[in-house]
Amino acid sequence: MGPVGDTERVLTRPVGARALLAEVADAGQALSLALWARGRVSAVEIVPAACTVLFDGCSPDRVAEQVAAWEPDAETPAGELVEIPVAYDGPDLESLAQSLGLEADELVAAHSAAEHVVAFCGFSPGFSYLTGSCWEVPRLSTPRPRVEAGSVGLAGPFTGIYPTASPGGWQVVGHTDALLWDAARVEPALLPPGTRVRFVAR
Amino acid sequence: MSILVADPGALTTVQDLGRSGWAHLGVPRAGALDAPAAALANRIVGNPQDAALLETTLTGLTFEAERGHWFAVTGARCSVTVGGTPAAHGEAVFAEPGSVVRIGPAEAGLRSYVAIAGGIAVEPVLGSRSTDTLAWVGPPRLDQGSRLPVGRPSGHPQPHDTPRPPPRGPLRVLRGPRADWFSGDVVAALCATAYTVGEASNRIGLRLEGEALERSRQGELASEGMVLGAVQVPPDGKPVVFLADHPVTGGYPVVAVVRPEDLAQCAQLRPGDQVRFTRDRG
Repeated sequence: MGPVGDTERVLTRPVGARALLAEVADAGQALSLALWARGRVSAVEIVPAACTVLFDGCSPDRVAEQVAAWEPDAETPAGELVEIPVAYDGPDLESLAQSLGLEADELVAAHSAAEHVVAFCGFSPGFSYLTGSCWEVPRLSTPRPRVEAGSVGLAGPFTGIYPTASPGGWQVVGHTDALLWDAARVEPALLPPGTRVRFVAR
Repeated sequence: MSILVADPGALTTVQDLGRSGWAHLGVPRAGALDAPAAALANRIVGNPQDAALLETTLTGLTFEAERGHWFAVTGARCSVTVGGTPAAHGEAVFAEPGSVVRIGPAEAGLRSYVAIAGGIAVEPVLGSRSTDTLAWVGPPRLDQGSRLPVGRPSGHPQPHDTPRPPPRGPLRVLRGPRADWFSGDVVAALCATAYTVGEASNRIGLRLEGEALERSRQGELASEGMVLGAVQVPPDGKPVVFLADHPVTGGYPVVAVVRPEDLAQCAQLRPGDQVRFTRDRG
């Protein structure tokens, strides 16, 4: 087992004998590293998250060496642009806007004007974490026992859309009819990491 | 060819080697928890090792063989009957057309594996026939009246193999990526006492009761990728060992990682069983 390795750009930590966790500055860099690593790094799973990339099913020493060659400043290749129609009618829209010092329509305008990027997926299949909003949104102090599929929520710096109904603590500002997840599709997730997203108010 | 489920027991699922390459989309790996037992069952009936089979939980399973099938039961020891007649555990057994096969409750251990020659031939989802019980990707859990297609046998049943229960012993662990979030030598603390397997344990994780591990660093860990065998510690300090249906990302620190070969033991631990950890010396 090697010690924690600090290459200048990225800190890596072994996770057991067959995985490596690389720590980077933020979700944007995690996405950039994960996209860079696909096709270059030999690992069964490459999982970007909020400020890490997990390489699972790999030789940790070998991957640590490879990851050291990654340039954090290199431009992330632009992904496909997907438009998501949203009805901004969520139960938390008014209260969230108020807490941000905005009118509800100002929040909607800002959220739908921004270009978002899927940084990573997690929580459930096809649940994408999108960067691009400029707010830091607290989770609900009491999560809802059921959030409907298609709910568009904000938490932390992220926007997320619930692919299926589940409990959840994100502040729900609207909903969409877009089908986020379909295991029978060739690309089962509508919004895989790297996808650019524009929310279109309807 | 198919089998008809008369009683699925507490939880019976279809499993194979699991679903790899989809973690970045949030899809758990799934797959048979006691992998050596599953591989043995497939070997006995002449199936390739990636054939899908059935994993029972504690209370067994009853099904009707609509056509004649060779099958084998491995994993947790249990009674096996065909048409009421006792049959062997860990050996190839033939079920006549229309006969009722009863896999009894586990006598020791928790999960038995039932491989049928030809394999369970449900449609694969994302390259695997495994049921993931976290997000329910893959075929649904078996229900009374479920009819499962069986593939064409591809090999000959192997007359003999040696079923061995997983060796019991402390779970060997390597230090995890977030051990530095805890006071002192957290791996030593983890290895110092016995833990009891909690009631809420399932295919997602083994929830352990016992000495709480003490955090030295407060605050939230940003969600990060999780591995099979990760020992994650939620705020109550009680460790959870991640099994095959674990979430692909998690927000609690991982203090240790169980050696993959030792996870078959975890598959057979029952609530109330004791478990210990030891440092993996390689």
